[in-house]
Amino acid sequence: MERRKFVQLAGLGTGALMMPSLFLGNNIPVEALLDPGMDIAVKKRLADVALNTARSLGATYADARIGRYLNQYVSTREDKVQNVVNTESFGIGIRVITNGTWGFASTNDVTEDGIKKATDQAVAIAKANSIIQKDPVKLAPVEAYGEVSWKTPIKKDFKEVPVSEKVELLLKANAAAMDNGANFVNSNLFMVNEQKYFASTDGSYIDQDIHRIWPTFGVTAIDRAANKFKSRDALSAPMGMGYEYLDGLESEKLEGPAGLRLYRNSYDIVEDATLAAKQAKEMLNAKSVDPGKYDLVLEPNHLGLTIHESVGHPLELDRVLGYEANYAGTSFATLDKWKSGDFKYGSDIVNLIADKTQPGSLGAVGYDDEGVKTKHWDLVRNGVLKNYQAIRDQVHMIDQNESHGCCYAQSWNDVQFQRMPNVSLEPGKEKYSIHEMIKDVEKGIYIAGRGSYSIDQQRYNFQFGGTVYYEIKNGEIVGMLDDVAYQSNTQEFWNSCTKICDESDYRMFGSFFDGKGQPSQVSAVSHGSSTSRFNDVNVINTGRTV
Amino acid sequence: MAIYTKEEARRILEKALSFSTADACAISLGGSDSGNIRYARNTVSTSGYRSNQNLAVTSSFGKQSGSATIDEFDDASLEKVVKRAEELAKLSPENPEFMAPLGPQNYDEPKSFIESTANITPEFRAKVAGSSINPASEKDVTAAGFLNDSSGFRALLNSNGLFAYNKSTDVDFTVTMRTNDGTGSGWVSRDFNDVRKFDADEAAKVAIDKAIMSREARAIEPGKYTVILEPAASVDLLRNMSWAFNARTADEGRSFMSKDGGTKLGQKIVDERVNIWSDPLNPEVPTSTWNGEGMPLKKTSWIENGVVKNLAYDRYWAKEKGTDPVPYPSNFIMAGGDASLADLIKSTKRGILVTRLWYIRSVDPQTLLYTGLTRDGTFYIENGEIRYPVKNFRFNESPIIMLNNLEELGQQVRINGNLIPYMKVRDFTFTSLSDAV
Repeated sequence: MERRKFVQLAGLGTGALMMPSLFLGNNIPVEALLDPGMDIAVKKRLADVALNTARSLGATYADARIGRYLNQYVSTREDKVQNVVNTESFGIGIRVITNGTWGFASTNDVTEDGIKKATDQAVAIAKANSIIQKDPVKLAPVEAYGEVSWKTPIKKDFKEVPVSEKVELLLKANAAAMDNGANFVNSNLFMVNEQKYFASTDGSYIDQDIHRIWPTFGVTAIDRAANKFKSRDALSAPMGMGYEYLDGLESEKLEGPAGLRLYRNSYDIVEDATLAAKQAKEMLNAKSVDPGKYDLVLEPNHLGLTIHESVGHPLELDRVLGYEANYAGTSFATLDKWKSGDFKYGSDIVNLIADKTQPGSLGAVGYDDEGVKTKHWDLVRNGVLKNYQAIRDQVHMIDQNESHGCCYAQSWNDVQFQRMPNVSLEPGKEKYSIHEMIKDVEKGIYIAGRGSYSIDQQRYNFQFGGTVYYEIKNGEIVGMLDDVAYQSNTQEFWNSCTKICDESDYRMFGSFFDGKGQPSQVSAVSHGSSTSRFNDVNVINTGRTV
Repeated sequence: MAIYTKEEARRILEKALSFSTADACAISLGGSDSGNIRYARNTVSTSGYRSNQNLAVTSSFGKQSGSATIDEFDDASLEKVVKRAEELAKLSPENPEFMAPLGPQNYDEPKSFIESTANITPEFRAKVAGSSINPASEKDVTAAGFLNDSSGFRALLNSNGLFAYNKSTDVDFTVTMRTNDGTGSGWVSRDFNDVRKFDADEAAKVAIDKAIMSREARAIEPGKYTVILEPAASVDLLRNMSWAFNARTADEGRSFMSKDGGTKLGQKIVDERVNIWSDPLNPEVPTSTWNGEGMPLKKTSWIENGVVKNLAYDRYWAKEKGTDPVPYPSNFIMAGGDASLADLIKSTKRGILVTRLWYIRSVDPQTLLYTGLTRDGTFYIENGEIRYPVKNFRFNESPIIMLNNLEELGQQVRINGNLIPYMKVRDFTFTSLSDAV
């Protein structure tokens, strides 16, 4: 939901008046991004005000998050700059347990008085709700880490790169697209810096500095005579990196099939925009797919979204338990299937890992938003369902006593809850390239990039499209296809996985806008994989005449 | 309390504008108070209250604009935010599509604020949760729901003399009821400006009845079926269709509305019984009477007797094309008929009743093809009666094809701030089955 609203805003180049609400912060001058913000000793003193106030009011647990969220957004179309926006949001969120019940309140008045008032309110809410509480909160133990810190290991801070350099790069990409036959091009650059300070009555004071970046574009080609238009979006990924992601290093490029250029941890936006324009034109005359069964060869920047929807979401414990029943839905991966110990989620070669530490990923942090040191753990091993994603107040429900460390809030003024960590497919262990994989396919389709996606509320039935499609016949790519979507069932699909390329093909897909909860919150998450083959998947033709 | 009166808002805005030294300046002020309660597993899970206010300044020198925002309104803060917007404007690149702020406008008096909704208390929210949880527990059903209420205001003042003010209230409620054996699920959605129209007990009963009725659904073959779409099932497809009513993308050749180097304005695109308009003064779905830049919102026809009557033009594109701007609608009203849901079922020989559609995503913007699934109550109808629940379907369908295959229109219902009729449609395309409950 959030994402759609965002795309409409971004796509329509909406005026500046609407931008602040989008980024949950106040507009600031670009120089103010470099302001170091509140001193860490002051943060500790103020966080202690919240913790001590909560204790004195009878809370058995409290945590405080002082957050400063800085964002920069640059938007262009063709040869025009549409918008440059810098925003800042600063405040504190306080969460308490009183009478075995959660209470939460937040304020942008980060003074002793403001914090005391907000803590009062959090305790009052907890007490009021405790009257109808049937299951008192049980927290898994966590180590007291003392005073620690963590930073995204970036090489170039976006805040130190002049806006003019960013604008020039986007306009250069736009020009490359227009020179190669595009009729329209929109390009955007989103940059995020979360400066988060966490303190809890369990004895941790954690200072973190987190960076994310997302360059993207959409290129459109039009055939007026045929009354047709086609768009090709960027093959970039949002990353947990600094501005160095835009260096376009040759060492991080891969030669894909059909002349495709694929990008690992460094993105060449001008090169991609050039190819996008050529491909958008080619799509206007691509062959409409014959519906039927095909062996699918799925590229990581496509497969990532399929992993997100069909593995990431169904294994969120709050969905499994019914807390999301009224919004996102529940899950087919019920506790009895997990307890059986032999539920075949996928074929024997399928290993799916939950992770909050992988360098360059959107989910990577040192500690989660309730002060748990992050880690990685198995969700599916050798095809068998092994675990879920759970946080401190949930793990006891699956007979575990250690939080998985995947608690997150989108801002200081939203309450933290269980969010999806990075969920990734392990690469194949034997040396096997994408080119070898295509050689082995008799009748198939190679799909790269994200497209249309839809899945039911228990995550059984899904339908996915992509950015570009190529037909494979007898081991060769024979041409581009159009009107392709595949429909399958999660368990059937993952059990049809017969081959996974080796780690030299491994790349990350990502999303800034995973939505969950009411009121809805967004979260950023990555999904890594190597190109993988799925046999006999049902492909439909989505072409219509109206 | 973040709701300023018209006079209070005007005073703050005028003070801020007095600090402006730019060629043009537009200042907006808004605030809202909102409260919510969330419940699941037949107990309350979270609740919250949020109050916020914000002032946004956009200053322009020639075609260079900058904007800044602030949430404190003392004189020093107002001066600071105006100066900051001016500094940003001087640093920003020229926008070739810049439009000077509008001059004074005449607005209709809005009907969107209802005092009773603004006075909702935490006790009321808890009672609503109880209205779901208690009857659910008695019937071996589990409730998960969400109630959100808000009241807010917006005001706008600019250096060309425009002033606008609006207050509004909203209450939105949804609840999902699932049978404890996991085989049945029902859902209901209610939204109003006026909370006195909301009957939480009635809403909960609808969802519980659907949950119980939908137990042990049978699988039937996907294919083309006559469907009766409840308004909650068609509203998202219709709203998605409304995004195609953009004159610029149509003129540019990259829209369903593009045709032969021009647009489909004036052409018949759907069944002649389809009439769709927007009206900020409709008493069932009242909205603000002006949009974000101060354009008056008036009753506007979008489809009349199946023919496209208007496309939305922003001010820049209207100037380029030598026409008047037409703002995007703030609500969506589709004409209905007299038939009740029961009447529509009675006149159906063979068909499917659909409660709602879920996870709707665009498949092809050229044809407005969308995919998604049925959810929370899908039933097989034969010879004028609901015979049994059926498993959920995935659909691949375009609202344009749907509105061309219209069989009959029923009564209108408010849904998500719009008025949409029950409708019966032939040959709706279901492409696969889902095991999801």
